[in-house]
Amino acid sequence: MKNPEEILQILKENFPDFNLELKTDQPTEALVIASALEIDKLSLFLRDTSDLLFDSLMNLSGVDEPKNSLLSVYYHLESTTLKHKITIKVSTDRNKPEIPTVSEVWKAADWHEREAYDLFGIIFLNHPDLRRILMPYDWDAGYPLRKDYENPEFYQGMKVPY
Amino acid sequence: MGFLDKEFTDGNIVIAKAEDLLNWARLSSLWQVSFGLACCAIEMMATSASHYDFDRFGVIPRPSPRQADIIIISGTVTLKMATRIKRLYEQMPDPKYIISMGSCSNCGGPYWEHGYHVLKGVDRVIPVDVYVPGCPPRPEALLEGLLKLQEKIRNESMIKKSA
Repeated sequence: MKNPEEILQILKENFPDFNLELKTDQPTEALVIASALEIDKLSLFLRDTSDLLFDSLMNLSGVDEPKNSLLSVYYHLESTTLKHKITIKVSTDRNKPEIPTVSEVWKAADWHEREAYDLFGIIFLNHPDLRRILMPYDWDAGYPLRKDYENPEFYQGMKVPY
Repeated sequence: MGFLDKEFTDGNIVIAKAEDLLNWARLSSLWQVSFGLACCAIEMMATSASHYDFDRFGVIPRPSPRQADIIIISGTVTLKMATRIKRLYEQMPDPKYIISMGSCSNCGGPYWEHGYHVLKGVDRVIPVDVYVPGCPPRPEALLEGLLKLQEKIRNESMIKKSA
């Protein structure tokens, strides 16, 4: 079992070029902030290194941060063998939100990333099947969990607003 | 003296209007499409179960819309589901009745303002006969809704056009 500082230390030693940062002043678990295009390499390392063994992606969720013009993704990881947890946060440009997929590393990410795509419009590069998952397939009114989202007046002839 | 007088002296004969008789038969055997959407569906199942016993009113769940008289929209109608509900409704033979059960299907319920995915009332796609309020309504409320529907059927006329 490792605490977040130790986990970050291991990551920094192995990825000296990556701009990694730890935030511990959270009401929840400590947060590792990484940049978006590194997440696929990072995730494979997190899963397979014998000191870390993060074999479970408990949750993956999108967050809209219009103040910083960012779209973020949080990865909540747990190691079921070593019993430690960490949260990884990556951010991407709100106007061109592209993040590499981790669905090859954790299968759970497949549908979670589709959900983040469906509701936030984050494009997960190299995702095997990036389709809408919750909204109707022909939903063309945008991404509902973005802060600036506005409901369409009609969908298939049905009035949407109250 | 009418020519029927002698016919009715043996007993076991009831004289009624054909319309009343047919309406009574219709309201006493409402077959319901098995269809549930959300939390309300659990209450609907409880209404069908032994304690509340929907069957005593002649309500029998039917797994096909093609032999059903009534559909209870019990739960949150999402926009995605609304198109399916409409199709299901169109597959039912006439005369058909709809009970809208619970706040969600009545008016969008707690999703009325921020629920981008919820239809704000199932009556935007199909015509509703009885609205049962509540979130979710207790089985007693659904029973009351059914009795209201039976009352409506009892007063229907197949000769006179309804307004």
